[in-house]
Amino acid sequence: MTSPTAASGAAPILELRGLGRVHGSGVTTVHALRDIDLTVSAGEFVAVMGPSGSGKSTLLTLAGGLDNASSGQVLIEGTDLGTLNKSQLAKIRRTSIGYVFQDYNLIPALTAAENIALPRELDGISARAARKEALAALEEINLTEVANRFPDEMSGGQRQRVAIARALVGDRRLVLSDEPTGALDSETGEAVLALLRKRCDEGAAGVMVTHESRYAAWADRVVFLRDGTMVDQTVSPTAESLLASEVKR
Amino acid sequence: MSIRYGLLALLDYGPKYGSQLRAEFESRTGATWPLNIGQVYTTLSRLERDALIEPAGERDGKQQRYRITENGRRELADWYRQPVDRSHPSRDELAIKLAMAVGTEGVDVGAIIQAQRHHTLKAMQDYTRLKAQALADGGPESGEEMAWLLVLEQLIFSAEAEARWLDHCESRLMRLAARRPARPRTGTQPDDTGAAHDAHDEHHVHDDEHAHDDEHAHHRITGGTTA
Repeated sequence: MTSPTAASGAAPILELRGLGRVHGSGVTTVHALRDIDLTVSAGEFVAVMGPSGSGKSTLLTLAGGLDNASSGQVLIEGTDLGTLNKSQLAKIRRTSIGYVFQDYNLIPALTAAENIALPRELDGISARAARKEALAALEEINLTEVANRFPDEMSGGQRQRVAIARALVGDRRLVLSDEPTGALDSETGEAVLALLRKRCDEGAAGVMVTHESRYAAWADRVVFLRDGTMVDQTVSPTAESLLASEVKR
Repeated sequence: MSIRYGLLALLDYGPKYGSQLRAEFESRTGATWPLNIGQVYTTLSRLERDALIEPAGERDGKQQRYRITENGRRELADWYRQPVDRSHPSRDELAIKLAMAVGTEGVDVGAIIQAQRHHTLKAMQDYTRLKAQALADGGPESGEEMAWLLVLEQLIFSAEAEARWLDHCESRLMRLAARRPARPRTGTQPDDTGAAHDAHDEHHVHDDEHAHDDEHAHHRITGGTTA
């Protein structure tokens, strides 16, 4: 296993150091994740692949501070989540990390703009300023027409794009997505990937769990998990890409 | 065969020299399947022999322009109409490699699968970057740009199919390994513990979610003693 490589020169946003998660004890012990080292820098998009039960979602859950590691460390922009108390952890989850789930997790009673504005209001900014930011976020993804629609009045692709806008509104630099294309058709799934890719190109760090290689191929690096262990990863793009000498425009 | 019809299709737009045909073929396919000029002229000779094309005007120095004939147009229309034959698949080196590796003592099938998956994913990343470029700024505008995008997407879908097949192979081999004892290397019988475990596996409804069983099976397919 080669050591994880970060995008050259960019600041690390997420660092997993010797990360492990054990469920149960004694004969029922299950090592969901073992000794994971992974660094994801600003501007980098990493896909995590592996069969069911390989630890993909556990990795994402730990990286997002939604569960506690049994061993090792999770650092978000240099802050070790293990050293934080509950309210500090809640704050970093709210202000530094965006989550995108397969089932969107939009609040049904709020419009698209209100869903996007909500985390900013929780950050403490005024409702008016939060709405302004939400509308700007919708404009950026060419979805201003859904601003006042409720989730059940939007298509799956629109809901997921709104969820991504919500995940990255404000100063959030890390976006964690779990099968974000799961329920979408091929073309809509691709639009979602293009949006995640764009956000990373603009400076966010992204980690996406997926079982679809076609979507994983949008990432800079693909990490392969097996039985909770990182068994392989592709390297970030280089000038010596496979096609450089073969397929050219 | 595809070069023959590819050149006919390009000549259907109007008379062209061999060098023009080569350039246009590569432009539409992003040089995915590069042609050498010798192949082009050999194919043009055969098309002329079969009366599907004919010289257009006098030879210009060493170069000759060709145009499509009525027979050529009919043949081209037939080609567009007929589905591409999939009943005689070409030999696939990866399928042959896995077919040879499975059950061969000392060959790590799991490692072969992972090495290929890594390579295939890397190729897909490269194709996807090219695709993102092709889609930038509003996407393809000309027919040539659209043709290139479609070829790129064909490469992505083919690679995806291969990656899915590799996942499937790995999963199938693991299920098999979980059910059957590892073949002993030197003719020794499995010990009682192993036999008891295998009996347990026989009655266990294997599920991908059972990481322990997967792990156990994984060692069997990657340990050099394939089931």
